[in-house]
Amino acid sequence: MAKDWLKGIKSAYDTIVIGSGLAGLTAANKLAKLGHKVLILEHHYNMGGLATWFKRKGGHILDISLHGFPTGMIKTCRKYWTQEIADSIVRLKNIRFDNPQFSFWTNFDKNDFTRLMCEQFGVVKETIDDFFKTVRAMNFYDDLSMTTRDLFEKFFPGRTDVHRMLMEPITYANGSTLDDPAITYGIVFANFMDKGVFTFKGGTNELIKKMKKELLKNGVDIRTHCMVDRVVVDDKKTVRGVEVQGRMIPSTTVLSNSNLLSTIHKLTGDEHFTPEFLAEVKKVRLNDSSCQVYIGLKRGEKIDNVGDLLFTSQENEFSSESLLEPETTSRTFSFYYPETRPGSKMYSIVASTNARFKDWAHLTRQEYENKKSQLIERTLDALEKYVPDVRKKIGHLEASTPQTFKRYTTHPGGASFGTKFEGLAISKDLPKQIGGLFHAGSVGIIMSGWLGAANYGVIVANEVDKLLHSMRETKPELETASV
Amino acid sequence: MTREQVRKAVLDIISDIAPDEDLSTIKDDENLRDQFDLDSMDFLDIVMELRKRFNLEVPEKDYQELVSMASSVAYLFPRLKDYELVS
Repeated sequence: MAKDWLKGIKSAYDTIVIGSGLAGLTAANKLAKLGHKVLILEHHYNMGGLATWFKRKGGHILDISLHGFPTGMIKTCRKYWTQEIADSIVRLKNIRFDNPQFSFWTNFDKNDFTRLMCEQFGVVKETIDDFFKTVRAMNFYDDLSMTTRDLFEKFFPGRTDVHRMLMEPITYANGSTLDDPAITYGIVFANFMDKGVFTFKGGTNELIKKMKKELLKNGVDIRTHCMVDRVVVDDKKTVRGVEVQGRMIPSTTVLSNSNLLSTIHKLTGDEHFTPEFLAEVKKVRLNDSSCQVYIGLKRGEKIDNVGDLLFTSQENEFSSESLLEPETTSRTFSFYYPETRPGSKMYSIVASTNARFKDWAHLTRQEYENKKSQLIERTLDALEKYVPDVRKKIGHLEASTPQTFKRYTTHPGGASFGTKFEGLAISKDLPKQIGGLFHAGSVGIIMSGWLGAANYGVIVANEVDKLLHSMRETKPELETASV
Repeated sequence: MTREQVRKAVLDIISDIAPDEDLSTIKDDENLRDQFDLDSMDFLDIVMELRKRFNLEVPEKDYQELVSMASSVAYLFPRLKDYELVS
């Protein structure tokens, strides 16, 4: 008989969290600390969602999305996780840009960007200060009609080099473009390109291990290998629980950390939503996907420090569209030196490009494999400029495509940055459609990335707690539906 | 709870959320965000703690009432005056 991955779970929960990305995990931990009974169901064998890693023979550990996050993550980890986790966050100081318009190193904070814009681009300091002040003051409720392109043109008209420096890192971080609302840029930029970029010492595997320990300590039940089939909704449009592996698990609330559109269409079912809501859902655009090339150096091989994060491109100017082309030369290299994982002597390099799912769909097996090999070759060609003879040092080499992202995350289109801005309102309105149904995950550009996702988990946990609290008050002995 | 107890309760919550801040210098009439390194997530934490500790719900439209210590106490005192602290 197949293994029962659900063995030992309780008969009912206050909240079932579907998926264990950083939003789901952080929400689960917060809710457990507030005294609720929480179950996490994850389809994969690892937790973390896109905050993940994989191991390969020869001692290689490859991180998928540990490229660097904003300083705010320290506070978020301290408040919603542990001091120990917060203390493992360290700054990355060697960020590099290299493209036909400019080439320099930066420590990625406001002072250094100001210096670079003065020295390299000859922009007057007042304009730069004014720009920083404007983006810092932007908030969620501001005008949406101004695009990031408009914002750049207002401060740095015609300066495609300045636009590129300001936009490229953000595009890699959250898939946004010059045509997205300027406020999404402002909110992310103010967090990100202000006080430097940070990483987690010990790597993603260590972070998730520590988070798991904390969840268990707080009484959260965790079950991996459990693909949820559907969210059970009654005729009063209220959540009853979830169905998984042929079993119904009752729960007062369900918090889906699955992709927003999958949550609505696949897990819940259109029949439970109003036509007006579905019409709005239809307008939600998924963000793009990614390709990655994972390079593990042979044991004993070394490379010099050529930077922690390198934004490289051979395009003459920045364009959101060309960044998505299968043959793009615009990519990020994340270099992981042995210091990343104290005690290890291994080096690894991960190259990431933004990508469209459709360019990798509908290929024959052979075409797909060929295209992947070409991606790897192009990546190594580009890398040789910074790490000469890197080919001779490689012990492990493989690539992922939007198909891979789709397979491991179950996101439609392999979306690796959630949805565009309009997805946030839909995510927030879900409980108004179905009582007790919540969504937290990468949405709306601003609730994306490690910090955005973790914080959105807390924002939604507050809503779940509010509901559970009010139900306890009105019905002190709330009955739980029997199996 | 007395006014003074409400004030202390808010102070306790803030010191738990922002342990690195020196709250002894607090000026009750001034905006909390101007005095301490607090962001919108910290204010959400205050709301969650008020619910947890005192069973009090602060609706989103009233979040602005928590802008300073004085306004927080003015808003919270009528809502908490019947709350009995367990000694």
